[in-house]
Amino acid sequence: MCNDRSSPASGAPAPAAPGTPEGDAGTSLWRDAWRRLRRNPQGIAGAVIVGLFVLVAVLAPVLAPYAGTALPGRGEITPTSIPGIGEVPGFPLGLDRFGGDVLSKLIWGAQASLIIGLVSTAFGLIGGMLLGAIAGTFRGWVDAVIMRVVDILLSVPNLLLAVSIAAVLGQTPSAVMIAIGASQVPIFARLLRSTMLAQSSSDYVLAARTLGLGKGAITVNHVLPNSMGPVIVQGTLTLATAVIEAAALSFLGLGGGRPETAEWGRMLTYAQNELAIAPQLAFLPGICIAITALGFTLLGEALREALDPRSGAR
Amino acid sequence: MLRVIGKRLLLLVPTLLGLSILLFAWVRALPGGPASALLGERATPEAIAQINEAYGFDRPIIEQYFTYIGRLLTGDFGNSVQTNRPVLDEFATRFPATVELALVALAIAIAVGIPLGYLGAKYYGKTVDHVSVVVSLLGVTVPVFFLAFILKWIFAVQLGWFPPDGRQSPRIDATHATGYYVLDGLLTGELDAAWDAIVHLVLPGLALASIPLAIIARITRASVLQVYGADYVRTARAKGLLPRIIRDRYILRNAMLPVVTTIGLQLGLLISGAVLTETVFNFAGIGQFLADAVFRRDFPVLQGFIIFIAILYSLINLIVDVSYSLIDPRVRVQ
Repeated sequence: MCNDRSSPASGAPAPAAPGTPEGDAGTSLWRDAWRRLRRNPQGIAGAVIVGLFVLVAVLAPVLAPYAGTALPGRGEITPTSIPGIGEVPGFPLGLDRFGGDVLSKLIWGAQASLIIGLVSTAFGLIGGMLLGAIAGTFRGWVDAVIMRVVDILLSVPNLLLAVSIAAVLGQTPSAVMIAIGASQVPIFARLLRSTMLAQSSSDYVLAARTLGLGKGAITVNHVLPNSMGPVIVQGTLTLATAVIEAAALSFLGLGGGRPETAEWGRMLTYAQNELAIAPQLAFLPGICIAITALGFTLLGEALREALDPRSGAR
Repeated sequence: MLRVIGKRLLLLVPTLLGLSILLFAWVRALPGGPASALLGERATPEAIAQINEAYGFDRPIIEQYFTYIGRLLTGDFGNSVQTNRPVLDEFATRFPATVELALVALAIAIAVGIPLGYLGAKYYGKTVDHVSVVVSLLGVTVPVFFLAFILKWIFAVQLGWFPPDGRQSPRIDATHATGYYVLDGLLTGELDAAWDAIVHLVLPGLALASIPLAIIARITRASVLQVYGADYVRTARAKGLLPRIIRDRYILRNAMLPVVTTIGLQLGLLISGAVLTETVFNFAGIGQFLADAVFRRDFPVLQGFIIFIAILYSLINLIVDVSYSLIDPRVRVQ
């Protein structure tokens, strides 16, 4: 997002000299990108945040003192007072209005966010790639019809699209994932198609065609692998969007499930009624969402620069 | 120019036609059909049959579509399930609130975003630049409604500088001729009413401005960086032109093209952001109405809103394209 110019004045490390081992002629695009990624402080910060987030999410059963839906502190809360950070022994981050342990819920919330993010991004990615690949391979009227629909869907703001889809699917957690994923389909479709079009006029495609390879083989073996860079970048950025949008859909009452579910968006939603007496209930999950989104955004932007150094000059 | 505008308006027709088919299919794809979606928990077989007859859901699908299109063309978007009033009337009453809010947010975003991006580029790598980078990162990663909570907690609950919600204090008995409360106050000379409305706009306006501000700052910074080292800027400096003139006529004017596109594209973000912001601040605009519509499965309202947004979005894009030629004469030549 931020390294728009890679001049030495930026304080960023200069690109490796041609003689260094990593910079040897013949290094693959991916190795080259990995080298650039490792030298980008923002990318490292993003990777550390994402790494911690994934670690907490995966280890939630070990780390969290209580189960996500447990209400161990039910006896401690009254309608007018909710114990805050450090006010009751055994609950370091306090309790919520249901009597749930906030620390445990934040940890389980990481897991919920990771699952929502991964499933919805995978859904958007696969759907978008299928449509984009079909349009990019067959061209002609197939391309025209698919892209027309994609354009129409892109004229509806993303969150609104997700909300409309979720409203149709009903109020369940899986509906939220499908809705967020589906709202990303047009973005991935357009992205993949345009990269594929750019790739298909390159020399190696011409060479493959001259060798007599079929359309399908060229697409699968040559064009698609070379079009993956922008898709991976977009996928990482979509993980950030998915975490934020899932919270937004929860906030609008579309999340489904039980109210005490350990999910950051849900925790924020209920916290708004207690903003005056227990603001930490809003701040803690809100900060978790923001940090997670920040991690994926930093990593995504660093990947963009690593995979396509020229784009940094935009 | 007129021909171009006419052509673009004509291109809107197939898009809207396609959208209407998608929306029509969307409501028909509801689980259990549109009638049980309308009724929700009260869906008994008799009630469903009754609704099907009343709304014509039992007719052939093609006939239903043409009835639907015919109604749309005459401006009939159906009645809201929540209020049983025509969708268009509901929009008309709530539209001014959202327009006021969106304009305030866009004004804040432009007034802060462009200078921030410009200074970031000018002092590349310095503290100002870091601030501009951090702001543009936070703007897109902090959820709008969470920012709204923070603003509300600090400035309304703790400090009491601004009202926590609503569009105008209940104690104010103002005449509302246009529905734009600030304008109403100014027109009727009730300045305290206008001021009260402005005060109510500050916090939601700031919250809503966050995403567009971040994006505008980012694009401005990148765009100015690109222009900054250009030969013609160097020449202008060598000629000894005033720095102000170099900035306004040479750098900003050339760097503004992508920024103008971006500002135009913020509309969608402003509207979806308004859904969240208006809910937090209980600000009675289209956004809050839409949030209720989602929750109560008010499909006529959702349908009408999406068509409305798509038209607005296309028109804004058209205006953006036209404004290009005003900023950059080179575009006009093509």
